Parts: sequence; C-alpha cells; structure tokens
Amino acid sequence: MFADWPLLSLTVWVPILGGIAVLLSGDKGDAAGVRRLALVIAVITFILSLGLYTGFNTGTAEMQFVERHEWISAFNIFYHFGIDGISMPLIILTTFTTILVIVAAWEVIQKKPAQYLAAFLIMEGLMVGVFAALDSIFFYVFWEGMLVPMFILIGVWGGERRVYATIKFFIYTFIGSVFMLVALIYMYYQGGSFAILDMHAMKLTMNEQLWIFIAFLMAFAVKVPMWPVHTWLPDAHVEAPTGGSVILAAIMLKIGGYGFLRFSLPITPDASHTLDWLIITMSLIAVVYIGFVALVQKDMKKLVAYSSIAHMGFVTLGLFIVFQIWENPANSDGSGAILAVEGAMVQMISHGFISGAMFLMIGVLYDRMHTRNIQDYGGVVNTMPIFAAFAVFFSMANAGLPGTSGFVGEFMVIIASFHANFWYAFLAATTLILGAAYTLWMVKRVFYGEVVNDGVRALKDLNQREFVIMFTLALAVLAMGLWPAPVVDVMHATIENLLQHIAVTKI
Amino acid sequence: MESLYLAIPLASLMGAIIAGFFGGYIGRKGAHTATILGVGTSFVLALLALNHHVFNGAEAYNATVYTWMISEGMRFEVGFLIDNLTVMMMAVVTGVSLAVHVYTIGYMADDEHNWPNDSLAGTNSYQRFFSYISLFTFSMLMLVMSNNFLQLFFGWEAVGLVSYLLIGFWSVRPTAVYANMKAFLVNRVGDFGFILGIAAIVMYTGSLDYYEVFGKAGGLSSQTMSIFSGVEWNVISVICILLFIGAMGKSAQVPLHVWLPDSMEGPTPISALIHAATMVTAGIFMVSRMSPMFEYSDAALSFVMVTGAITAFTMGLIGVVQNDIKRVVAYSTLSQLGYMTVALGASAYSVAIFHLMTHAFFKALLFLAAGSVIIAMHHEQDMRKMGGLKKYLPITYWTSLVGSLALIGFPGTSGFFSKDSIIEVVHHSSLYGHELAYYAVLGGVFITAFYSFRMFFMVFHGQERMDQHTKEHLHETPWVVTGPLIALAIPSVIIGAMTVKTMVFGSYFGNSIFISESHNALAEFSHGFHGVWGFVEHGFKGPALYLAALGVISAWWMYIKQPGSADFFAKKFSWLHKLLENKYYIDDFNAWAFGGGSRGLGDRLWKVGDIAVIDGFFVNGSARVVGWFAGVARKVQTGLLYHYAFAMIIGVLALLTMFVIL
Repeated sequence: MFADWPLLSLTVWVPILGGIAVLLSGDKGDAAGVRRLALVIAVITFILSLGLYTGFNTGTAEMQFVERHEWISAFNIFYHFGIDGISMPLIILTTFTTILVIVAAWEVIQKKPAQYLAAFLIMEGLMVGVFAALDSIFFYVFWEGMLVPMFILIGVWGGERRVYATIKFFIYTFIGSVFMLVALIYMYYQGGSFAILDMHAMKLTMNEQLWIFIAFLMAFAVKVPMWPVHTWLPDAHVEAPTGGSVILAAIMLKIGGYGFLRFSLPITPDASHTLDWLIITMSLIAVVYIGFVALVQKDMKKLVAYSSIAHMGFVTLGLFIVFQIWENPANSDGSGAILAVEGAMVQMISHGFISGAMFLMIGVLYDRMHTRNIQDYGGVVNTMPIFAAFAVFFSMANAGLPGTSGFVGEFMVIIASFHANFWYAFLAATTLILGAAYTLWMVKRVFYGEVVNDGVRALKDLNQREFVIMFTLALAVLAMGLWPAPVVDVMHATIENLLQHIAVTKI
Repeated sequence: MESLYLAIPLASLMGAIIAGFFGGYIGRKGAHTATILGVGTSFVLALLALNHHVFNGAEAYNATVYTWMISEGMRFEVGFLIDNLTVMMMAVVTGVSLAVHVYTIGYMADDEHNWPNDSLAGTNSYQRFFSYISLFTFSMLMLVMSNNFLQLFFGWEAVGLVSYLLIGFWSVRPTAVYANMKAFLVNRVGDFGFILGIAAIVMYTGSLDYYEVFGKAGGLSSQTMSIFSGVEWNVISVICILLFIGAMGKSAQVPLHVWLPDSMEGPTPISALIHAATMVTAGIFMVSRMSPMFEYSDAALSFVMVTGAITAFTMGLIGVVQNDIKRVVAYSTLSQLGYMTVALGASAYSVAIFHLMTHAFFKALLFLAAGSVIIAMHHEQDMRKMGGLKKYLPITYWTSLVGSLALIGFPGTSGFFSKDSIIEVVHHSSLYGHELAYYAVLGGVFITAFYSFRMFFMVFHGQERMDQHTKEHLHETPWVVTGPLIALAIPSVIIGAMTVKTMVFGSYFGNSIFISESHNALAEFSHGFHGVWGFVEHGFKGPALYLAALGVISAWWMYIKQPGSADFFAKKFSWLHKLLENKYYIDDFNAWAFGGGSRGLGDRLWKVGDIAVIDGFFVNGSARVVGWFAGVARKVQTGLLYHYAFAMIIGVLALLTMFVIL
C-alpha cells in the first residue's frame, strides 16, 4: 500500500508538522490529550518508516525511495531524498526510539509537556532528514536544524549546570560543522554540484582530499564523539533530561558514524587511507582510555556516557581499519573488510538500543530519588526486583554478552581488526574486561547489597508504562543478539559497493 | 534424530522460562515440577542419543540449526555436532543436573530465611533458583553440542552469566556480590584470550565450523605470524594458547583460578553442579574437542601440561589449611581440574574426559554431602564447629566416605581408574615439562588424600564441637537430599571399572579425538593394559596408592589420634601455614595491582587527561568565549518554545540567505 507514497518525505514531515501541531495545542489545555496526540504521531511515523524496510530491495546498492525536486536552482540545490542499506536501519532506529522517549516522558515531564514533546517530534523529523538527504546542503540544513531542539531540551528541561553544558555542546558541534560547510562549498565550486553522489564520483587531488577529510573529521569526530573531542558528551548527558540523553546517545552520536560512511570514506578515500592510522589510534584510545575513565565515574549518567564513547570507538575502528586489512601481507585473501564495516554498522544500531535502555533506566531511578550519584544507592534489588532484573540484563548487553545485540558488533569488529594487526584486536578486545568491569561494578554498587538508606527503602518498582518500555527494548536487544541476519542482510549490497568504491584511488 | 537433538536443550530452556517468568503464578511446586520435567526430558533424550551413538554406532551428526548471520560470505551459524564425545558430556551434564534439581527441593526449602524480612528480592527466590539452574543446563548443553566456534563462545559466556547470577544469588550478601563480579571479570580475562583465538581462526581458516577448521589445522602448523616484530610464532601454537587462556578462565587454572574458591558464596547445589561437575570442566571439554588443533603444537601442549601441574599441586596444598567445609571441596576441585589439564597436555584427551566424568559424579556427591551437613548444622560451614556427625547423619556419612575414597583413588573406585591413568600417562609423556608434571601429580595424590580425610575426620569423627542448640536439632536430612547422594554414590564407585576399558583404551572416542603419532604416551600406556583386574593389580605396584594411604593415615593421626598435632605443625611451619592461608597472596596482589591499579589509572586519566588537559587547557582557551556566550544566552532564554522556534527559523533563513548571496 505504501508503494507510491513519498515515504521519506512523509517520515520527515509528519513528525515535524505533527510536532508543530502539538506545540500549537499548547500547555494551557489538556496535557493528557497532548501526550496522546504526540504518541499517535510518533507511532504513525514509525509505521511509515517500516514501509521503508518492507519495500527495501536488498539486492542493490542504488539509492531507493528517491525523491528529487528543485529547491534553490540558482545553486543547484535540490530537495533530494533517498536511502540505502546504511541509512535505512538508522532511520528505523530513530522512529523506534522516539516512541519510547515519548512514552518515557508521560507523567514525568510536568513542566511544559507540549513543548517538550513537540521538540522531540520535530527533532525526529530532522534526524530522519539527516539520514535521508542526498543533497549536501539539504543535509546540512537538517544537520544544524536538529541541534536546535536538542539545545532547547537541555537548556529548558536540563539540570543545574544546563547553560554551561548547552554552550559547551553548541561550541563543540558548531565549530566542527562550520568546517564541513566550507568543505561542501569548496566541492561545489570545483564540481558544480551539491549532490552527495556526485561528490563520491568527483576526482580530487591528494592535497584537496586531505583538507576535505580534516574538515569532515572536525564535524564527525565531535559528533561521534571521538577522543579527544569527547568532553562535551558527559556534560551534555548529565544536564539533559532523560529523553534528551536517550536521543543523544541512541541517534545523534550515530550521525557522526553515518557521516564518516556517507562523506569521508567515499569522497576522500585516499586521504582516509593515508590518515587511517590517526582514526585507528583515536578509536583504540577511546576503547582503552575511556574504559578506565568510565570505571571511576561517580555519576551514573557520566559512567554510561563514557561507556558510549568507548563503544563508539568500535564504530570508527571498524570503518577505518579496512585499508590495513587489505594491506596486511599475512591476510592473503584480503578478507575482513566487509566484516569490519558491517560490524561498525551493527554496533551503531545495537548501541542505540542499549545506551537508550541504560539512560532510560537511570531516568527511572532519577525520577524517584532525584540523584544520579552511585553512592546514594545500594540494595535497589530489595525494593525494585523487576527493575533490577532489567538492569542486569541491559548491563550484560552493555558488557557485550553473547545473545544480546551488544555482542554482535564488537565481535565482528574484533575479528576484523585481527585481520589488520594482532595488537588492534588485542586492544579492542580489552573491552571484554573493561566493559564488564565498569558496568558490573556499577550494578553491584547500585543494585546489590542491603538497602542503604530510607530513600532506597521507599522505592516503588516499575509501573506498567516503564515496564512496557523496558520490555520492548529488551526484546529488541535480545532479538538482534540471537538473530542479527535481518539487520545485516539489508546492508550487504551497499557496503560491498562502498568498499569497492573506496578501494579505487581518486587521484 | 534431528528434532530429538534440538529437543534436548530446549526442554531445559522451557523449564527455565516457565519457572523464571511465571514462577509467581505457578508457585514453588509448579516451578520445581516444570524444571525437573524439563531437565528430566533432556536427560532421557540424552540417554537415547547416547544409546544411538555409542551402542548402535551411529555416525557423527553435524548440521546447522539456523544461520545467525552471513557476512562476507562467511556463515555464522548455530548448529550441532553430536558424536561420542558430545553424547557423553550431554549425559553427564543432564544427569548431574537432574540430581541437583531434586536435591535443591530440599536445600532451598526454607530459602526465605536467607533474605531480609522486608526485601522483595527474596520473593519467589525458590522459583528463580530453579529457573537459573535449568537455564544453566540449557547453556551448557548448547556449549557441548556446538559444531562451531561462535556457538561455543555463546555457550561459554552464557554459562558464565548463569554462574554470575547464581554466585550472587543471595544478592544482599556483600561477599556474594563481590564474588560474582570477581568470577565474571576473571572469566572475562580468559575470554579475552579466547576471542582473540577465535579471531585468529577466522583469519587463517576463513571459517568458524569445527570440521572445516580442523581440516586446515595441519596446514597452519607450517605457517608463522609475527606478534612482536622480528619474532615469528607458529600460527597453530598462537591459536591454541589463546584458546587455552579461555579454558584457564573457565576451568580455573592458575593464575585465573582465583574466582572459584570465592564462588562458594553461592548456594551449595550450584557449587556441585556448576563449580564442580560441569561448567568448570568446559575448558577441559573444549581442549579435547580441539585436539585436531592442539596436536600440531608441542608448545601449546607443554604450556597446558605445566599449567595443569602447577594448579594440581599448589591448589591442593591450600585445601590442607581450609576450615570451611565448602572451601576444602573447592580447592580439591581446582586441584582435580589441574589433573585433567595435565592429561590434556600429555595428549591423553580420553583420559582427561574420563577423569572429568568420574570427577563429575564423586565431586558432585561430595558437594551435595557437604550441603547436607550444612543443612543439618543450620548453615554452619566451619568444620572446627563440627565433629562426630557420623551417628546423626548416617546416609550422609557413608556416601561421603564413598565420595572421599573415589576422590583419593581407592582401588576399584572410579577415581582410582581415572587418576591412575593420568599419572601413568604423564609418566610416559616425553613433552617438555613432563617430569615436573609427573612429580606434581604424584605429590598431589598424597595431598588429596590428606585434605580429603582431614575433612572427613573433622566433620564426622572425633569430638562433637557444635553448641548445644545445634546438637539437639541434628538429624538426617530429608530424602530429596539423601536420594541424590545415593544416586551419585553408585556411579562414583562403579562407573570407572565399567567404562575404563572402552573410554581410555578402546575406540570409544573414535574420530572425535585426534592424537598425533608423535604423542604416544597414551599408546604406550595402553600396551600395559590387560583388563580391569590387571589395572587394579598394577595399581598396587605403583607409588600412588601408597602415597594415598600415607595421606589418609597422616590425617587420621593428626586429627583423631593426636588432635593437638595439627596446631603444633602449623606453628612449627608458620611461614608455610601463613603462605597457604593467604592463598599465596595472589588475591591480595590482584586486588592491589589490578583492582587498585586500574582505578588509580582511571582516576588519573580522568582528572589529568580529561579535566586538566582537554577541558582545562584546550576548552578553557575558549572559556572566555563561553562566558560571553553564557551572558548572551541568559538574556535570550525566556523559556518559551516559540521564542526559540522563532530564532531557529530566523537562523535557517539567515543561513540560506548567506548561500544565495555567496
């Protein structure tokens, strides 16, 4: 039934217009009605996005569901949408997560709920736009636009130091994106087109590529975030409301990884090749260094934020290790590159579920106790046994236990990195120990043991709404861990094509 | 047969799901009925499979259940490889598990007393416990039935998860939740090696399937790889040693043994099932399964043998000074795992598996007997407060005696056949390190006999040292406890004599185990085999039997005849006593170096790296800008969304205008 619909436009505009409708319905009237409206819009958007999955042709690397209209013809800028095996799963992740975030806000957000929910819906549309846009200026508009609702979310519904966090977040990301914009404009002047696919095909000298690569790196490394430009993330998370943290971790970070896949690798393959050591080093530092830093965090949100950085290290590692896999003389058949990139993709999607769940769990505790300090907890299992069971499950997923989605991507990237160099795999695999150490130590201190104070003693277990959210996420994490094939199959054609493309020099 | 194989693990899983998710509705009786039915079904079907393969001589079954994923043309699958090695493991796992399930009905009957009054964590703890042990059975079955490295790793970590949940079952006890985290992390250190081993296998063979990988193992033995520049390592040796590091974690070999003694914080039934009979032997099973690879690497085999020898000897010694009844059995388990590992190193895989099987029965028996004592003593575990229990617990007493005799290798018992085989095989080995291993396992015999009977005498004989209240309530435990003791005592005696001929000397394992012709220790040992009686007779000619007897007599003399002499020796050799009591200071070292070290490092990286350098130096460079921004931001923050939305639209328009003008 969806076949003839402009599904991508719908998936972008339904939540944005719906968000505006929610905003207009205002906070003066019926809050329950506003929530229901927001939820209905999110669900409709999700169903629309499922059409992208069911109608997706896994056999081709061509862009699908393409829509192309003139927009600003003077500059050859088009209203241009289209998806492939890289963007489609990320779009579904976005629409899925938004539903959970809206449900999670239900009676928790009492301050201006209409504005809060509207911000999420508008942000959803803009994020889908980021993944679907095929014109780089169109992309850039969504890319900058989606930050605005996030600034507002942190700035209005955030914690005590929200202004500091917002500004830090803004400066970091803004400086990064300005360089990207310059690179895009430069390429427009050289090639006459803002179309991303034209840029893929464009010849560029090594010198040009290096500059463009670095400009992209500034934008995407901040977004991922990669060490050493990661320090905005823990602050932003700590100050953000629960829903903001979930969207930030589950989706916004992925936009950095997506950028590397969509822009850096195909547009500047030679520069990516030359500078791959830099990215690999930064990624491995993220895994090891950040793993140790996560261990000593006292604030649960900071701990999970640092754990996100470490997990995203696997994404960038998987993406940029391909050149060394091809070049390793011991790896005679050059295999492992596809595994690396697919592993990075799987890691992104899985991290969306798991980090989302982790932040939602911290939200559940924070709503009740109004503190995120690990020290203020202890023995939560005695008063919230069902919640504790979910906590152990998601923590195990965070530690990459096989059977959960957290294992799949890490496993693929570790195996692939062995194909490049023993020591890469060695350092990457330390996450098995470090990831388990920081996660389980937190579980031990927060959940196990005797009840430590009256606050914990008074805790009530999950309500129905919270249970449904946790259960849904648990199912997703488990399903993807037990049978990742459906997720991986949609990527094959695109990733194989991408790797063939970047194996050929552009000079 | 195909659906039957699938039904074996799934029956246990079903029980676990029913008891785990619906425990509140079906109650205690419903939970233990469901899980026992599930595991019972698994057990019966496993016996059918055993019959099919062993007695009807069916071919090995190797097939895919489902494809987990395909990437780069490589298949990641879940599938079964069922041969004589597998069916034996399946029978042992489900058999011991069934006994433990029944036993648990008695052991956990008054579990509510183990929880604080107002704690909801204790709600349905009984049902949850049954769910966990069934889930464990499922995971362990998936591990042993696997036909590929992916599923092996799945099972490997899944049993680790259940072990984590069960060690920390009494989640309000600080010691228990410390022990379970420690167990998981130490196992992760092993898995760290394991996953690198798997990665190496994928790189060099392009497959995860056992048969495909084994087929290429010979070719790998002539390849080298460079880990440190300039030094070339044999690929197969690297792979095998990495895999074995995984086994060292799971099967608790020195120095990754530290988690096993602490795992005794868990309820006793799981100490028997997981930390004695089945899970800890996963490493032994794995190496045997990988024999077509290990056989190509003398370096790896030597490493295996020496590790096992060190574990067998040093861990047994610690058992001598323990006073907690469960910890004695735990150190005994460590030591016996060392024996199995030594046998692996000597290429006598069948002997290792044989000892694994006999040990599963008698060690599960000893643990459950210890549990029976603990129930009778109202959860007192200190042997110094026991004594003279023989007359109160007759069934426990006699079954314990059977278990202890089997453990020390009393002629004719199952342990006698398996342990003597190990000693003899090591004697015939010519691998680097075999002398050390031989004297270690021989010395271990004396130590084993000593600590076993030290425990036996301290618990069941001599003065009654418990308080009056406990003494008045002492009586034999219910049939659900003693029944499994008897059920396990029978195979502890007879299974060795029944199976030694086919399993060790015969062709039982057929193609599942491969032994290179250059490793002929087992073959040489087999020449001397002339039937079961001949084996027993031969036992009287070797030193092991007399060492065991000496151990028992020493224990009797020190703890029954001259009760004060133990203290005398402890004082006389106080340095040694202290060293053993502190477990060679390995725990202290780990806590200092790894626990404290990594926290210190993390703290330093955070405070210096993130806060001082990145934020302090680089970001503070723009701090003034931030301050200025904050001032502006404060003015424009009205808190009304449409103001922001308005600003946003203006911003987008400005941006677009900028392009148009540019």
